[in-house]
Amino acid sequence: MSDLIKKVTALLNDKTINAFIGYEKGSADRIRATFIRNEDQAQKLILNASCTQNLAGYLLKHEVKKLGKLGILANVAALRSIMQLASEFQIKDGEVYVLFANADGSLTEFTDFKSIEAFLETTDTGIKSEEQEMIAKLEAMTVNERWLFWNKEFEKCIKCYACRAACPMCYCHRCTTDVNQPQWIPVASHELGNLDYHLMRAMHLAGRCVNCGECATACPMDIPLNLLTYQLISPIKATFGATAGMKADAVYALSTYKPDDKENFII
Amino acid sequence: MQEFEPKIVAFVCNWCTYAGADLTGTSRIKYSANVKIIRFPCTGRIDFMILMKAFENGADGIIVSGCHPNDCHYSTGNFHARRRWIVFRNLLNFSGIDTERIQFSWVSAAEGFKWADVVNNTVKKIREIGPYENYNKIAVSTLFKEEGATNE
Ligand code: SF4
Ligand code: SF4
Repeated sequence: MSDLIKKVTALLNDKTINAFIGYEKGSADRIRATFIRNEDQAQKLILNASCTQNLAGYLLKHEVKKLGKLGILANVAALRSIMQLASEFQIKDGEVYVLFANADGSLTEFTDFKSIEAFLETTDTGIKSEEQEMIAKLEAMTVNERWLFWNKEFEKCIKCYACRAACPMCYCHRCTTDVNQPQWIPVASHELGNLDYHLMRAMHLAGRCVNCGECATACPMDIPLNLLTYQLISPIKATFGATAGMKADAVYALSTYKPDDKENFII
Repeated sequence: MQEFEPKIVAFVCNWCTYAGADLTGTSRIKYSANVKIIRFPCTGRIDFMILMKAFENGADGIIVSGCHPNDCHYSTGNFHARRRWIVFRNLLNFSGIDTERIQFSWVSAAEGFKWADVVNNTVKKIREIGPYENYNKIAVSTLFKEEGATNE
C-alpha cells in the first residue's frame, strides 16, 4: 500500500476530511481525477509522473463541495490556485486539507495558508520556457500578423467551454458568455463570437491566472489560449507589482489602484 | 475619390468630458462631426466589452475620456478605469487588435478646446490609418448580411 493510500485512509477514518480529490487510472493510458470517500475507494489512488492535472479546479464545484470537508492532492499549480481562491474569499484558512506531492513522490502536508505561502516563495512558479518563447515570437510580430495568428486559432474554437470548466479561477455562477440580456457574447462559434469569448475570458482572468495551463490542456482543438493570460503576467507584475496565487491575503490588481499608477497613452 | 470618413465612437463620463464637450459646443468651437458621443455615469463604468461592441458594430476608432486623476466625481472611478485600460490595451495589442485606434484622454468640464483637439486629432489619425478592415470583416453587419439582419 502506498504512502498516499495510507495517509488518505487515515484522514478519512479519523474524519479529518470527508472526501479526497486525487488521481486514478482512466481509460487507455490516461489519468483522471477521482473523489475518494472511503477506505475501499482509496485503493484506486495513484501518483506518478503523468499525474499533472491541477485538481484545484474541483474545489469550488457544487457537486464536490457538498461531499463535506475536502482534502486534495496538490501540485504547485494547485497550491497557487488555492492561494488565489483564498485571496478572492472562496476558500477559508484550514477549510481544505492539502497534500503536496514532491518530485520524489514523498508527501508534504499543508494545513494552513501561511505554510503554503512560505513554500511558494522558494518554488519556481514561472511559465515554461517554450511558452515564454512562443510569447516572445508573437510579441515580435506586427499587430496585423498577430491578428492573423489568433484569427486562425480562434477559428478552430467550437465553444465547448472545456477551457472554462477546467480553469480553477472560472467559478462564476453565471458567466458573461451565458448572459443573454444583453447578449454580450454571440453564442455561435463564428469569428466574432469566438473573438469576443476569448477576449472576455482573458480579460476576466487577467492578473488572476496562475499559469497552470489547464485551459490549453483541456482544449480539444489545441488552441494555445493560455498564452493570452500568460502574456499579461509580466506587465501586471511590472506595473502593479502583483502576481496571482502567491499570497492568501493579496489584493487583486484590478480591484485596487494607486493615484500615481503609470501609463503612457492617456492624453 | 471621396475622402474616407471614419466612424468614431466616444465613450465619455457624465461629469467631466461630457460637460467638456458641451462647453465645446456652447463656445461655438467647431469640431469633426465623425464622432458619436455616448455618455456614461463614470469612466469606471466603461467596461472593456462595451469598447468591443463599438468595433463590432463598425467603428473605425474609439475615444475613451473622463475626468483627470483626482477629479473623479466618485473619487476613484477613473483610477480603477486607468488600471483596467493598462491591462486591456496590453491584451488587445497581444491579440492583434490595433490599439492606435483607441484614444484615451482626460478632458475636464473646463477643457472645451482640448475636447475639440482630441476629436480632431483622432479623426485625422484614423483617416490616415484607414477603415478598420480586420474588424469590419467580422463585424455584425458583415456576419449577418445574408440573413438580412441589421446591426441595430
Ligand atoms: S486561465 Fe488557464 S492557465 Fe490560467 S488559471 Fe485558468 S486554466 Fe490555469
Ligand atoms: S476548450 Fe478550446 S474549443 Fe473549447 S471553448 Fe475553449 S478554446 Fe474553444
